[in-house]
This record gives sequence, structure tokens and C-alpha cells, in this order.
Amino acid sequence: MAEVNITVDGKKVTAPAGTLLIEACKGAGIEVPSFCYYPNLSLQGACRMCLVKIEKMPKLQTACTTVISEGMSVTTDTEEVHQARKSMVEMLLGNHPLDCPVCDAGGECELQDMTFSYGAAESKYIDAKNHKEEQQWSPVVYFDRPRCILCYRCVRVCGEGMDVWALGVQNRGVSSIIAPNQDDHLECEECGMCIDICPVGALTSGAYRYKTRPWEMKHVGTTCTHCADGCKTTLGVRRCDTGMEIVRGDNRDKSGINGDFLCIKGRYAFDFAHHEERLTQPLIRKDGRLTPATWEEAFELIGKRFAEVRGKHGGQAIGVVGSTRTTNEDNYLLQKFARVVLGTNNIDHHRTADFPALAAALSGKPEMTASMRDVFHAPAMLLIGNNPTEQHPLLAWQMRNNVRLHRARLYVVNSQPIKLRRQAASFSQIPAGGEGKLAAFLAGDDSAVDALLNEKTTRDSCIALREKLRGEANLVIIFGSEIRGNNITSVVKFASAIPGAKVLCLADYANSRGAADMGLYPDLLPGYHRVTDAGKFHEEWGGVPEARGLTFPEMVESAKAGALRACYLVGANPIGRFGIDPYAFSHSFVVVQDMFLTETAVMADVVLPAANAYEKSGTFTNTCGDLQLVKKAGEVTGTKSDFEMIVRIADAMGFDLRKLVPFGRGAHFDMGQSRGAQSGEADRHAVWLQAQGLEPQMSPFDPMAILDEIQRLVPGYDVSRMNLLAGNEQHTTLAGSGTGALQNPELIVPAQDDLFSSGTLGRYSRTLNSVIENHHKESAETDVAAD
Amino acid sequence: MASLVSHPDEVKVVTKRFGKGATSLDRYLELDGYKAVQKALGMQPDAVINEVKNSALRGRGGAGFNTGMKWSFVPKQSPKPKYVLCNGDESEPGTCKDRLILEHDPHSVIEGVMIAGLSVQAHVGYIYIRGEYRYLSEIMQKAIRDAYGRGFLGKNIFGSGYDFDVYWHGGAGAYEVGEESALMESLEGKRGIPRIRPPFPAVIGLWGGPTIINNVETLASVPHIILGGADWYAGLGPPKNGGTRLFCLSGHLNRPGVYELPLGYNLRKMIYDVGGGISNGRNLKAVVPGGSSTPVLTAEEIDVGMDFDSLAKAGSMLGSGGVVILDDTTCMVKFAQRIMKFYQHESCGWCIPCREGTDWLKKTLTRFHAGGGTKKDIDNIQYLAENMLGRTFCPLGDAAAMPTISIVKKFRKEFEDHLEGRPCPFEKAGAVRELPVMA
Ligand SMILES: Cc1cc2nc3c(=O)[nH]c(=O)nc-3n(C[C@H](O)[C@H](O)[C@H](O)COP(=O)(O)O)c2cc1C
Ligand code: SF4
Ligand code: SF4
Ligand code: SF4
Ligand code: FES
Repeated sequence: MAEVNITVDGKKVTAPAGTLLIEACKGAGIEVPSFCYYPNLSLQGACRMCLVKIEKMPKLQTACTTVISEGMSVTTDTEEVHQARKSMVEMLLGNHPLDCPVCDAGGECELQDMTFSYGAAESKYIDAKNHKEEQQWSPVVYFDRPRCILCYRCVRVCGEGMDVWALGVQNRGVSSIIAPNQDDHLECEECGMCIDICPVGALTSGAYRYKTRPWEMKHVGTTCTHCADGCKTTLGVRRCDTGMEIVRGDNRDKSGINGDFLCIKGRYAFDFAHHEERLTQPLIRKDGRLTPATWEEAFELIGKRFAEVRGKHGGQAIGVVGSTRTTNEDNYLLQKFARVVLGTNNIDHHRTADFPALAAALSGKPEMTASMRDVFHAPAMLLIGNNPTEQHPLLAWQMRNNVRLHRARLYVVNSQPIKLRRQAASFSQIPAGGEGKLAAFLAGDDSAVDALLNEKTTRDSCIALREKLRGEANLVIIFGSEIRGNNITSVVKFASAIPGAKVLCLADYANSRGAADMGLYPDLLPGYHRVTDAGKFHEEWGGVPEARGLTFPEMVESAKAGALRACYLVGANPIGRFGIDPYAFSHSFVVVQDMFLTETAVMADVVLPAANAYEKSGTFTNTCGDLQLVKKAGEVTGTKSDFEMIVRIADAMGFDLRKLVPFGRGAHFDMGQSRGAQSGEADRHAVWLQAQGLEPQMSPFDPMAILDEIQRLVPGYDVSRMNLLAGNEQHTTLAGSGTGALQNPELIVPAQDDLFSSGTLGRYSRTLNSVIENHHKESAETDVAAD
Repeated sequence: MASLVSHPDEVKVVTKRFGKGATSLDRYLELDGYKAVQKALGMQPDAVINEVKNSALRGRGGAGFNTGMKWSFVPKQSPKPKYVLCNGDESEPGTCKDRLILEHDPHSVIEGVMIAGLSVQAHVGYIYIRGEYRYLSEIMQKAIRDAYGRGFLGKNIFGSGYDFDVYWHGGAGAYEVGEESALMESLEGKRGIPRIRPPFPAVIGLWGGPTIINNVETLASVPHIILGGADWYAGLGPPKNGGTRLFCLSGHLNRPGVYELPLGYNLRKMIYDVGGGISNGRNLKAVVPGGSSTPVLTAEEIDVGMDFDSLAKAGSMLGSGGVVILDDTTCMVKFAQRIMKFYQHESCGWCIPCREGTDWLKKTLTRFHAGGGTKKDIDNIQYLAENMLGRTFCPLGDAAAMPTISIVKKFRKEFEDHLEGRPCPFEKAGAVRELPVMA
């Protein structure tokens, strides 16, 4: 794009043609105040804070609506401009309640900042302020009308960004008011985007309001633990008598793959961490009842029993189930523990997508996986199956906004009229279950088209779609778990013929992809290497059992038959999730690590209270393969991380821990200085030390030691440690992966979560529950349209 | 129905069919109706535009922009349909002329819309009528129906092969919707909030298509220009201020009413001769020369020609032609308060300075007039209005600020007379309580 030269306050500034003056100024380090302007939302020209002087224009002009033009000469620091800004703030404060001392936004308020920078210290008005009562619009959203400065950001982010359009403006003049478009309440996605984007304390959240002052919190940048999209989030954490309390999840750090976005789960559903049913003591079954015990008793018992079973019946008598919500380090360690310590390949997890088939199909074309950022920038997207609006809120946001802001073309093929069809250049409704046939058809099997036809979708329309797609360069093909096995091969075959095309396979949980990449499979090692061909793992670990292990359903059968004598479940609730006979494991010695007494935990012999992902450090891999840091926000007294528990069990079994966790490396060069990072930013000093390998991993409980091994041994994970630790996502590829495997598709069980549910975890979120209840109430009262 | 007034100095162009039954299509045809559009159909579009440009017709809605010039901004080629939008939202206090045109000569408005359409090759015109003007909407609807009935509208108008449709649209009662971009929003069914400009409607208007927006009186003048010629029309007024306009004389006058006078007509003559002088034998105090949003003139400033340029030189504006006469019993504080009450009520609320500024001005002026004022308030009123001026999203903020600034400046003494809890000196004197300006 052509460059345009302008002068701002005597400074020469160059920016691409079409740049808004406010952005050009920002780029040159010249601040122009704004309330209503918000990048990527439509322009308003409403707050008049950004008025600047442009040469030859008699009146001051709004920098937020002015596109720069060659030779434009702008001044932002004249008396007139200052007076304009000052008077805007004065007028706003006239009717503002000035209840800053009790306002949630106090200290983080743009109106306060603006008053500080440009305002007047003295009020010109003595007449009574206008007042309106506060309103609650939903369990999540509260509105304090007098604080609202009518910047319309909330209205726009809800409409343009979310495509929900739940908010509007009512009345006119000084009676203008932001209001829900549905009478007096919201029927919406409860994402809290409006609250987040509100520059003042007018919109506040039910989860956070009046709980704390912003400066009382420590801010920890981490990754959401709910769906597989991997939003970066900043947790506001406060000390409390049980250790720490997360009081807020928000998005102050816009640098993540999610930019401005968080959904209701990322923003509010961290509250499961403080649920009153949280386990804080190990439980051992004594006389048929789970009874509190000490950690030492528990580890001793588990170590003894596991060693016994392994000694008497061999590793094949032990089953291990991992989690899709624990970190890569936990998962890697767990499968290594299973293979090296327990001597078994009987390891599995809740599979929600067919990553082994993807790895197999992509073999030789490792660069073909799309990152979450790719979805926002791709010129064209094809979505097959899934309903991202419900199941992948961030992905849906990226797709919508790519269409809105970059005019990307979106093609949607689905058995349901999903909401994303509203952004689609083409929407094809096909019979349920036809997704695989579509893949085959795309790959060239014309006979598959018959399974796609109905009143709306014709042979011709399918052919036209395929032709259109073939003509799209850099297409990103996104598909849900409807596409498995050979159908993934077909999609990849189709994509391979399109220049620059990439694929994105959708799984359901925060670390579903990580669990797969880390090898929680009975037949696959980390990086989709077959156990029968363990190669470097064999050497590194000093042997790997060679026979393929049992899948989870096979473990159940084996347990019922009395052959599976012990079972170790880490962060998994298969009995609750899959409706398995709770007595299936009654003859096995069962150990469960979890936060709650789940349906699976109640039938265990030992239950260990686990820390969740907000209470430990490590990494997650989102469904795209973007590797991100998980950072410990604090801890809840009485719990331990899964990582530590695995190590302790290995120790109790008498295993040499150095063979399990490569700790004790690195040297301590930090003299204890400059460790003052705050506010959720990365501690640059520590990042550098870590990245240089100078930070000591002195403890076997340090997940960083395992991350070293993962980066060394898992193909595609050799990304920049420096970037990763600094809080930037790093896209892993399937480069050098093993051949994968074509799995039995029945082993894939989609989570079927919607916007307000999140597996077992979600059941313990007060916020999610209150929203679900509220929506039930509403849909009973009114007939809610699908979108 | 408003009764008609007249004066020998009047030059009847737009009003020439008033009182002659021209709402009937036949009658309109007898009075040269629809001749101009047929003539225009035989002209090149650019020739129509040039004719209007050379006539020095300037917008009668308030801003006074050369109409032909405005039309020439419409791009010749447009992927989106072009439109003509007639602004009949007439709500400026003191202004009541468009209603007479719509009442007495609705077909002239339709004909003006058609000619405007031809000049830019648009095929659709809208006539937007103020919500409160319900009875006029009925008249207009009938006129449109009648025109369709004769094939003057619709497909192949007058057998020319040119298609042109005209639709009527009623407002819901908002002054702000008279502002052209808010007008478009309203017509599109949205809240009446102005749009960011540029782009201007001539380039991106209704539904994104190029759109000509003109006042009722402006458009009603067009057929006369096409028939009478640009030179004749331009010659009626001073240079660059072509033609006549409907002056709405109201207030403390002996003969208030709407008079069609040539532009440049002397204001003193307008008050004392045409309007019959100040009523009840009182003296003139101030004049609002062009609707409530224009700066007031004092009794000493009335030797001025009533045209766009002369009034601008005198520090005010010709605006929308609403001439409001205030006699010496009028409290200027109360007058300022009453004007602000209107603007505070009508502010759309979109931007901070207008929404909050009008509210604080109204609150302050109300308290001030009631005797609760302080000396600081006078400066504050001035300060507030000056900080609104030129900084609002649309000109409504200016419309509220300009009269206020001029009143405080020119009648500061009256403000000072209200200080220290003193009751309003004019109310004490038993002056008229009701001011001429109505919302
Ligand atoms: C607040 C406001 C109200 C207005 N109301 C009217 C109106 O009622 N009628 C009108 O013709 N123009 C009105 N205008 C002027 C229009 O914006 C526009 O300039 C005019 O319709 C153009 O037509 P003209 O060029 O024929 O005058 C208003 C402008 C503002 C700022
Ligand atoms: S509620 Fe907040 S975001 Fe919405 S308009 Fe008011 S100040 Fe702006
Ligand atoms: S979209 Fe997914 S990752 Fe992002 S906040 Fe929601 S649940 Fe968390
Ligand atoms: S000046 Fe601002 S608030 Fe007033 S009417 Fe115009 S846009 Fe609306
Ligand atoms: S930021 Fe430009 S008007 Fe609000």
C-alpha cells in the first residue's frame, strides 16, 4: 500500500494510505485521547475527545474519523485543542456520579485517566446531577447508568464483534441510555466483552463487582483451561485464608491469539477453583469408606500396591487414563511414568478428535496446520461440521472478524443452520452424518455427492462449491470431529492441491491436542511415534514396552474380566462422562487424582486432591497446535500438582527419579536481583535465564525439566523457548512426527459442550450454573430464536 | 389550514399557486403544472444542473449551499442506485413555510423531486414529512397517488422511457432528523442519529447510494427555474443569492405570517412594513433572523439585507427563514432558557458536547432565570456554549450554542439584572409570559 507523509506537531510521520489520523499519531508516539474510538470497531465520532487542529480547516477535526492525506499538517498540542479536551471531560463529569471510591473500575478507568491528563480540578456545575438506578441485566452483567459516558463500545463489540446484538441505545439527548434489546434483560452469550471494553465502571460483572480494588490483585498471565482454543487470559489473584483466590479473569493483555476476546468460560468460569466441594485432603478407602489420610500414607499405599501388581502380574495389569486439562508436562510425565515405571502401554485419554489420523495424513507436509492467528488472516475459510459459536468461541470470533474486517470468504458446510452461516459467503446444509462424504467428494470421489443432497443442496451446488474452493489460495479448512480417519486423509488430499492451504482439526478441551501430542495413546508415543518403533525414546528412556496397550474401552473390559488389577486416573472422569458401569473397576486398585469427588473418584481406593491448571505452571497446546504458557496464579492449601504426585508415586515405588525427570541441570546465575515483574507481564529477566538454560531445575517437581525433554524429543515442539516464556504462543508443527495411526473412530467421543458447559469442570462453576439456570427460565418464558 | 397573508412587495414564485386549489392535479396542470419536468425530460442532465446552478438558488433548509453545485457532486456512474430525498422535517422553531408549500402546492414538490432526479439520473425520490405534519402527509399521499394515476410517476413517465418513483415517508417527531444524515438514518428505519461526514450524501447516501437532499422549498423552486430560466430567477435577488424565499414572520408583530419576498429584502422594512410593526405599540428589542439557531440581532442591527451573504456579514445567518420579532417586554434570559429547553429536548444525545452541554445550559439558565443565578454563571453559560461551538458531531450543537452566545454577549445587562435572588424584572412588569418561540 502506498505510504502517505504527514506532519504531526512538527514531526514527520509516514503511514500507509487509508490509515486513520488517530492511529498515525499513535504510531508516532503522539497520544490523542479517545473514548469512543476502538480499533477494529466501527467509527462513531461521538466523544469528541480526539479533536485536533488540521491546517487549513477552520474547525477542530476528529482524528478518529479522519483518514490521513499527503501533506496533511496536524497539531495536537495547541491551547485550543487542550481546551477542547478539557471541556469535554468537564461536561462529562457534570452528570457523572464521581463514586470512584467504590467503583470497580477505580484505578483502571479511562475517565479517571482522562481527567488526570486533561481535565480540570474544579467543577463548574452546581445543579443536581441526573440519576438512574443501577440495573442487573443477567447473572453476569450489571449496569450502573450514571457512570456511563455513552461511548457505544459495548453496543459495537456485542454487535459487530460478537454478532449477538444484545445491546442498543434508547431514548435521546441526555436521556440516552444503553439498554438490552430484549426488554430489561440480556439473552446473550454472557461473554462479558461489553464489561471488558467499557472504559468506565458502568458495566460491571456479577462475578467481580465490589470484591476488590484493582491494585490489591496480583495479575498472572496464563491460558484458559476450558475449550481447546487457548485464549490468553490474565487472572487477578488475591491472597485469602485458603491460599489464594482468583477474583477476576480478564483480557488486559491483548497480545494473545485472542486479542480482545474471552468467552464466558475464560472470563468467569475459573470459579470452580473455589468451589466448596474442592478436595483438600487425600482420601483412602478404609472399611469401604473414603477416609481422610495423610499424603505420606497415600503415596506409600499407592507405591506399594502399584509395585505389587507390576511385580506379580506385569505392567499389562495396570491401566492409566490421562487428562485433556492437565499440562503437556503432566501428560508427558504420565505416559513416561506408565511406560517406564509401570511398564505398560495401557494408557489412553478422552479423545475428541482424530489427531493420529491427522498426523498420518500430514506426514511429509508438516507446515499444513493452521494456527489460530491464521484463521484471523486467511483470505478464505472452509468450515466442515462443528458449531464453533458454541464449541469454539474464540475460533468463531476469529472467523467472524476475519470476514468483517478483512472481507475473507467463509464457506460453511453443516448439517445444521449454524450461526456462522450469517458470515458465510456460501452455506450448504447437508444431511447429518454427511461430513465424511463431503470430504470424499472434495477429494475427487464424485459418487460421494449422493449422500450430500437434500432440498437445498444439489449436485450442481456441490460441484460449484468444490470449484470455488479449488480457486481459493491460502484456504484454511477447519473441520470438527465429524471428520475422522480416512476422511481426514481426504481433506488433506484436497487441501494439498490448493496453494498455501492449511487444515485445522477441532478437538474439545483445553489440552486435548497436547494430550494427543504427548502420547496418551496405547499405541503411540509422544509425537505420534508407534510404540513398536520407539527409536530415540527407547534409547532415552532405557526401554519402552513394545506391545500395543489397551484402549480405555479395552481397559474396562479387562477390569471386568479381572485382568486389570490397578488403574490410575489423572484428571479424568470417564464414569461420569461415558456412563460406564461404576462397578467395572470394583476388582481393581483404583487411584484417582482430581479436584472433586467425581463419579469416578467416589469408587476409587485412593483419591488425591489435585491442583488445577490455574494453580500450576507448564504448557498447553491448543487445537491448532499453538503452544502456550500456563502460569501458576497461586495455590489452594491441601492440593498438589499432578506432576508432583506422579513423581511422588514413582518415588514410592522405588524408582530412580533422575531417570524420570531430568532435573539438576542448569546453573544459578541470577543473584536474586530484578525479580519484580508485576501486572501479568512476563518477568523478562527470568525468561532470559530460562531460555539460556541458566535457571536451575533443582527439583524433580519442576515441570520445566520435562519441558526440556519435550522440546528435545517431541517433533515440532522445538520452538523458541524465549518467546514461549515471554507469553507468546508458538505454533508447533507436525514436522518429523511419527506415522500416526488410523484409529478406531468410535473411540472419539465429542464433548458436546456448549457456550455454558465445560465437561465435569463446568459443573462446579457457579457462574456457568447461574447462567444456565437463568437461560432456562427465559426460554420457558419466551421462545428464544436460534440466533 | 393556516390562513394566508399577503403584501404588495411580495414576489410570488413558489407561492403563486397558494389558495388556488392546486392540490387538485387538474388545477395544478392548468397552472403550468408538470410542464417543467417535461421540459427537463428533453434536456441533457448536465444542462438541468447548470440551469439550477446559474439560478443562484441556495438551499432553503438552513445552510444555504448552492443547489446546482450540490447536484453536480453526484457521481455520473454509480454501482448503487441514486436517490433524491426531499427534506420536509421542518422543525426549526420560528419556521413554518414548508408546511404551506406542502399544503397548497404538493405537486410542485413532487415535480421538483423529479427534476432533481433527472439531473442526476436517479429513479427514486423520497419525500420525508415531519411526524407532526400528519394532515400534510395525507395531502402528499393523495398527490403522489394522483400523479401515478396519470402516469406522471412510475414506469415510462410522460412516455419518455424514463422510470421514476416517488415515495412518502413520515417522521416520528425529532428535530434532529431534519439534519440530512440523520434524516437518511431515519428513512432507513434506524435511530435518528447523524452519520460521520465525509462521505457526503451526494457520494454515499441512502443505502450507500449517491443521494441529493434538499429542502421542500428548495425543490419547489426548481420547476419555476426550469420554466422561467436561470437568469430571471437569479435576477430576483442580489448576486449569488438567487430568487425569493418564504419568510416566516412571527412574534410581537401586527401582521405575522409567511411572505414571499426577494432575497436581500431589508429587514427593517420587513418588520415595519410587511409585518405591520411591533404589536401593542411597543418597541423592538431583538430579532431572530433565520430560525431559533441563528444569532440574534439587536434593534440597532436591523438595517440589513435578508440574504445569505449580508446576514453572514452582520454576524448572523439567513438560516431557514424564521424571523422572530421580540419586543421590549421580552426577558432575554427567559428567551435563552426557552431556546435551550428546546435544544436540550431535541439533542439526539450522540455526542458529549451537545448532549451534556445543552443539559447544563438548560439547568443553569432555568435556575438563573428563577433567581438562583450567580455572577459566575453568566461566564459559565458563555464558556459552555463556546466550548460546544464547532466541536459537536453535527450542527445541532452549534444551533444551540450560537443564539446563546449572542444573547449573553448582547444582553449581558439583563443577566446581571437577574442576580442576587431578584425576581425576573420582566415578569414583575407584567410582561407576556408566553414567548413567541414554541417548541
Ligand atoms: C439539527 C438540524 C436540523 C435540520 N432540520 C432541517 C429541516 O427540518 N428541514 C430542512 O430542510 N433542513 C434541515 N436541516 C438542514 C439539512 O441538514 C440540510 O442541510 C438541508 O436539508 C439541505 O437542503 P437544502 O440544501 O435545500 O437547504 C437541518 C440541519 C440541522 C443541523
Ligand atoms: S456502558 Fe460503558 S462501554 Fe457502554 S456506552 Fe457506557 S461507558 Fe461506553
Ligand atoms: S474460547 Fe475457549 S479458550 Fe477462549 S475463553 Fe472461551 S473457553 Fe477459554
Ligand atoms: S450535536 Fe451531537 S448530540 Fe447533538 S444532535 Fe448532533 S450528534 Fe446529536
Ligand atoms: S475518539 Fe474521536 S470522537 Fe471519540
